[in-house]
Amino acid sequence: MTSSVATCPVAIRIQEDDFDIAREIAVLTKSRTDIGAVVSFSGICRADDDSAKVAALTLEHYPGMAEEEIRRHADEAISRWPLNGVTVIHRVGRFMPGQNIVLVLTASQHRQAAFQAAEFLMDYLKTSAPFWKKEESATGTGWVEAHARDDAAAARWTKS
Amino acid sequence: MKVKYFAWVRERVGKAEETIEPPATVRTVEELIAWLSGQGEAYAYAFEKPKVIRTAIDHTHVKSDAAIAGAREIAFFPPMTGG
Repeated sequence: MTSSVATCPVAIRIQEDDFDIAREIAVLTKSRTDIGAVVSFSGICRADDDSAKVAALTLEHYPGMAEEEIRRHADEAISRWPLNGVTVIHRVGRFMPGQNIVLVLTASQHRQAAFQAAEFLMDYLKTSAPFWKKEESATGTGWVEAHARDDAAAARWTKS
Repeated sequence: MKVKYFAWVRERVGKAEETIEPPATVRTVEELIAWLSGQGEAYAYAFEKPKVIRTAIDHTHVKSDAAIAGAREIAFFPPMTGG
């Protein structure tokens, strides 16, 4: 889904295919001269989890709600920081260590807003967007448990 | 109403979605989970720790005391682990 709020286009995609970071940044900044900073965060499938060696990860999501939930947080990010563009791509399917899982791009005039908005979006992607990871390792297959540290990371953005 | 299950809730229930007709006395998410728990062993297993289960009504996260009246789609799932 793609839309434009004033001068801040938002692109949210959930897909099986890989993404090309350079291409996504080029799309975000094309024909723009008001953007002074683009922050890019990539989440990558990691072999070493807290305990066992991960052989593969399978990502499941709730179609429809996942896009809407990311959109709600993108809209909140836009209301909190002066952003000039947001791109969120979350892959689903089965991944091997080293493969891309998620991309967040935030564009702004200055770096501070772009850094903070990217961190905000990632913290909420981890705790609030309906995605679930299943891990395969030498010891078996099981659903990844949510971490309290991720909840704490998201909670620090809550306005008092 | 339509009900959807995800991740290990889906695996335990044994299906991804279904249409249910709970009695009118079932008014909240908490009451719906208690009612579902009584629908057989698979449901009892899926909902054995009701406080762990997260719920969304029509694609929006809700708390366990939320009313289910008027809901088109209710989803049950474990805490999220994306990103």
